[in-house]
Amino acid sequence: MTLAQTWSVALVGLEGHLVEVEADIAQGLPKTSLIGLPDASLSEARDRVRAAVVNSGERFPDRKVTIGLSPATLPKTGSHYDVAIAVALLAAAGAVEVASSRRTAIIGELGLDGRIREVRGALAMTLAVSRSGFDRIVVPELNAGEARLVPGIDVYGVRSLRQVLALMRGVEVPDEEPVRAEPRLLSESLTRVPEVDLHDVIGQQEGRRAIEAAAAGGHHLFLHGPPGSGKTMLAERLAGLMPELSTEESLEVSAVHSLAGLLNGEAELVRRPPFIAPHHTASLSSLVGGGSGVPRPGAISCAHRGVLFIDEAPEMHPLTLDTLRQPLESGFIEVHRSAAVAKFPARFMLVLAANPCPCGLSGVQNAVCKCTPQHLARYQQRISGPIKDRLDIQRQILPAAHRGSDLDPSEPTATVAERVQLARDRQAHRYRSTAWTLNSQVPGALLRRDFPLDAPSRQLLEDHYASGRLTGRGFDRVMRVAWTLADLQGTPQPTLDQTHEAFQLRTGDPLTPYTDHRPLKGPTP
Amino acid sequence: MRTRNAVGRFGEELAARYLTTNGFAVLERNWRCELGEIDIVAREGDTLVVCEVKTRRGLGYGSPLESITYRKLVTLRKLAGAWLQCHQLRPAAIRIDIIAILLDKNAPPRVDHLRGAA
Repeated sequence: MTLAQTWSVALVGLEGHLVEVEADIAQGLPKTSLIGLPDASLSEARDRVRAAVVNSGERFPDRKVTIGLSPATLPKTGSHYDVAIAVALLAAAGAVEVASSRRTAIIGELGLDGRIREVRGALAMTLAVSRSGFDRIVVPELNAGEARLVPGIDVYGVRSLRQVLALMRGVEVPDEEPVRAEPRLLSESLTRVPEVDLHDVIGQQEGRRAIEAAAAGGHHLFLHGPPGSGKTMLAERLAGLMPELSTEESLEVSAVHSLAGLLNGEAELVRRPPFIAPHHTASLSSLVGGGSGVPRPGAISCAHRGVLFIDEAPEMHPLTLDTLRQPLESGFIEVHRSAAVAKFPARFMLVLAANPCPCGLSGVQNAVCKCTPQHLARYQQRISGPIKDRLDIQRQILPAAHRGSDLDPSEPTATVAERVQLARDRQAHRYRSTAWTLNSQVPGALLRRDFPLDAPSRQLLEDHYASGRLTGRGFDRVMRVAWTLADLQGTPQPTLDQTHEAFQLRTGDPLTPYTDHRPLKGPTP
Repeated sequence: MRTRNAVGRFGEELAARYLTTNGFAVLERNWRCELGEIDIVAREGDTLVVCEVKTRRGLGYGSPLESITYRKLVTLRKLAGAWLQCHQLRPAAIRIDIIAILLDKNAPPRVDHLRGAA
């Protein structure tokens, strides 16, 4: 046998492509060449494989060895082809039976001593292999946890090249036997208590209301107020209010996290909505994804189905912040690089926090703001109109001295999360015949046609529209928040009070009960 | 120095015997000129075979075949030409073979014959 092949996977974004790894041993002086558009880390596979093969007690063929990765036009990157290359090579040399490796894909990075190291993106790779109708996949033992989450494929977790060869030869596996994976029951990993609880937040009725509504309807949120008033504290507790991810959502999120290297060894599916808080100095490509060659997911994709929290948002470069506009609309991001175009999911809830001005004291009672009006205007303009327009809920968070004397014990996360879950159930039920599940996702046209507001509520918004306080888009957005408030309270339709509150949540006005301020209407000339 | 020569000499002896058993006619051994030395010149059918023999006692420095560099190959090519000129021969084909011999204290020597090292 001088020619043999094995299978591995190339990832472009989250999409896996099967890669055929061929090894040919020809007459000629010893030389190993690796072809099929490898990048630097893959080219080094030659030396890793050589050392690993020798140190696993096998003979490295001293002939001309050609290793081809096909499709040859697909750029390949990373070190996870090592094991597949080693097995193909040894099969070509006749050291291991090739027929037994036919319906098997292999991923893993080799250490020089033949140990198999973990790789990134094992979950997405396993998904691709499973969809291509393969029977089994050999993965590093450390990745076996995530790979086993994929149904319908046998996963073998291995520790060394020796173990892989034993597996292929059908002899007893040395050291410890790699356990054949049983498909894990997803419900087993359901429980994870959030580390932070709403109970810790004293007072802040308006802030609590804002994050409850945001969590229930999936609305983007803007919190502003002086330093130390609790913006970050509230934002951190938002993800805890959101319900568990569904099985499908959780596979999506886990695949992104696996690729980004966020899953740890004994990985379980990500069941909780993720909370990602990039620093305001984050670069454009770290936020939306990028990197040279084949792109990697950025922070917004890691926050998929969860919360993306940007503290000190006006400090972030406006251009960077503005890149969020497109994914906010579409729910995904396409990253173009020379080698490939990768599409990552990015349906996140955006939470921005900001100080009111550079010194942070504007709008605070008994404090003197030292900023000039120009300073103030420039600071507030750093969050662009289009971004602000997508923030359905705005709330000013005032510091301790102003938050009233309410000493009632604060509600814990669990209680609020229950209400949020109920509200989400109501939405899912109402939109069951559509493609949407949350108020924030439903198109305005559909909402106006199938679920119109009652006459007084609509009149209220019409008045605000006429007075210029509400734009056309804002009209729809207030309507959605109004529905969320109705769902939270369990009313069949938004009441006038709820619509009024939704309007205040959007404009950032203090929450006050509805009173009719409308001027008496007389006959207009 | 002496042991190394002895190892080399032993390997060449082994290679010559190997070639003879495999139907080669050994024409000349250790032919020298100003360019260097050809270990074995042999004939297989119509083909003239210029043979380089490399012997090693272990794999500590890599396999014997790995010690043949591109430069060594170029030298062998030139030597083949010089030998032909010297003997005024025009064979149908010329080939350069490498015979790698691995010596082992506890086992018979392993002979690895690489035909037509490019």
